[in-house]
Amino acid sequence: MAKRIDVSGLHVYYGDFLAVENVSMTIEPRSVTAFIGSSGCGKSTFLRTLNRMHEVTPGARVEGKVLLDDQDIYSPDVDPVEVRREVGMVFQRPNPFPTMSIYDNVIAGAKLNNRRLRKSEADDIVERSLRGANLWEEVKDRLDRPGAGLSGGQQQRLCIARAIAVEPSVLLMDEPCSALDPISTLAIEDLIAQLKENYTIVIVTHNMQQAARVSDVTAFFNLAGTGKPGKLIEMGETNKIFTKPEKKETENYITGRFG
Amino acid sequence: MSATKLSAPEQTVPPRPTPSLRGRTLPKYLPPALLGGSAVVCAAALYLLDRWNPAVWAILAAVLYTAAVTVLSAVVENRRKAVDRLVTSVVYVCFTVAMVPLVSLLWTVLSRGLVRLDGYFLSVSMNGVTPSMDAGGVYHAIVGTLLMTLMAAVISVPIGLMTAVYLVEYGRGRLRQAITFFVDVMTGIPSIVAGLFVVALWILLFGPGHTNGAAGAIALSVLMIPVVVRSCEEMLRLVPNELREASYALGVPKWLTVLKVVLPTALSGLTTGVMLALARVIGETAPLILTAGSSAVSINANLFEGQMMSLPVFIYSQVRMGGAINYERAWAGALTLIIIVMLLFLAARLVSHFFAPKTR
Repeated sequence: MAKRIDVSGLHVYYGDFLAVENVSMTIEPRSVTAFIGSSGCGKSTFLRTLNRMHEVTPGARVEGKVLLDDQDIYSPDVDPVEVRREVGMVFQRPNPFPTMSIYDNVIAGAKLNNRRLRKSEADDIVERSLRGANLWEEVKDRLDRPGAGLSGGQQQRLCIARAIAVEPSVLLMDEPCSALDPISTLAIEDLIAQLKENYTIVIVTHNMQQAARVSDVTAFFNLAGTGKPGKLIEMGETNKIFTKPEKKETENYITGRFG
Repeated sequence: MSATKLSAPEQTVPPRPTPSLRGRTLPKYLPPALLGGSAVVCAAALYLLDRWNPAVWAILAAVLYTAAVTVLSAVVENRRKAVDRLVTSVVYVCFTVAMVPLVSLLWTVLSRGLVRLDGYFLSVSMNGVTPSMDAGGVYHAIVGTLLMTLMAAVISVPIGLMTAVYLVEYGRGRLRQAITFFVDVMTGIPSIVAGLFVVALWILLFGPGHTNGAAGAIALSVLMIPVVVRSCEEMLRLVPNELREASYALGVPKWLTVLKVVLPTALSGLTTGVMLALARVIGETAPLILTAGSSAVSINANLFEGQMMSLPVFIYSQVRMGGAINYERAWAGALTLIIIVMLLFLAARLVSHFFAPKTR
């Protein structure tokens, strides 16, 4: 199930512009890794390279290696579509498919891929995924209603259910709570704590308390300067990063004395 | 960075008195009363001068009202409100002016078309009817218009939609720019040129003297494709990128994402776009005269054999005959065409309504 991610010497480019420079890190399975850092420092960009989503942007490319267990996801014979089936993603803004019901949204991964599911199988997946996303009790009586009719927090949990319904081994979350209220945020954080028993979770967040609450390991990214590429400054156990960071930059950032 | 002093600076200026938030306003009933007043005054003036003319009366009343309300507002209220009232009046006048031709057109077509529009007119052709006979109808033209427009749609919608998908989802760089440019150029092609193009094509393929419905349909599709491309492109661009990314993140390949996420999400807009394109070509006359002929009088449901009448060409040829009864037929034909277009739009509205993404 959960897989290890090994990144070595990764550079990310948009055209000629180097956006993220020389990142190497290991992300352990069954753990939550948080990426923190100021806006525009490349943490989301880097996150998207972990399932090759950055390729959706024209001109984006990478140099370096990303190993998922032992397979390099950037070797030429790897199909990005297959990578994304292994490494799921939850986005900043909840984005359920507006044309689909709650039920269809959850099994969208199978439906959109034209995979035939028996009714009982589909029902199982829907219930298991919605339970996994802590949404089952709230929506079990209106599974045929449009997914866009749920509240923001429910929509985001629906998106998480949709992501775990395809049983990925890694779940990437790009600021999953930044559009949500504190109560929905709490629900998602609880969910992350449960999900880490089965998945490798990587979460980008602007909220340092959130990083401290949910993650085992924290990585701090920063820009070398205006117009310069983003860099991984420091990575370590969350406790340590928030109490005794090794680098001055990290300490300035987490204590709010930036610049 | 030096420490900032947070204490407030010494107060030297006396605190500004709170300005009154109230002001004098014109009473609510005044503008409508003014409008009525100007209408009555202008009517009376024209009547007394014995120059009664409804158009002149409307213009004078509008000008008088605008001037009166602006001056009154400037005197009683303030400058900003006076400008507001002036611009509001001008906007209403412009709206009314824009509506005049539309209402007048609908009224004329209705009043003149209804004279002859009945079950008989809709269900018989002009076969064996001499121009001045009190008989005949548009059935053959309705059949022709529907068949040719349908065939044009069958040709144009797939081509146009796929071009739009290419431009939005796949196209990059030079080729995309070139296609966009040529689509724009095609939008501006005069319709008669599209007709001439098909005439030339038909002579090349089948030799001279072949006019049939298929030629008309192809001429129409030349006109229709760019409109379909343009409107579908706009609709596809409205689909949020987040939905495409959500689909990719589930391991769905690009073509399935386009087919099952992008197109369904845009479906209601695409339908409207296609209907607008249909409405654009259903009233085309010139290319059909050249390609499908203008002398068919009998019912011809075969697109590939013989001349085919259509409603616009029917109207044109009846008007050219010039008798009183021909004018009646032309007006009734025009009314039939307008009704068909309205039915199409109604259908499009229903489709958009039922396929639009729902939130409840």
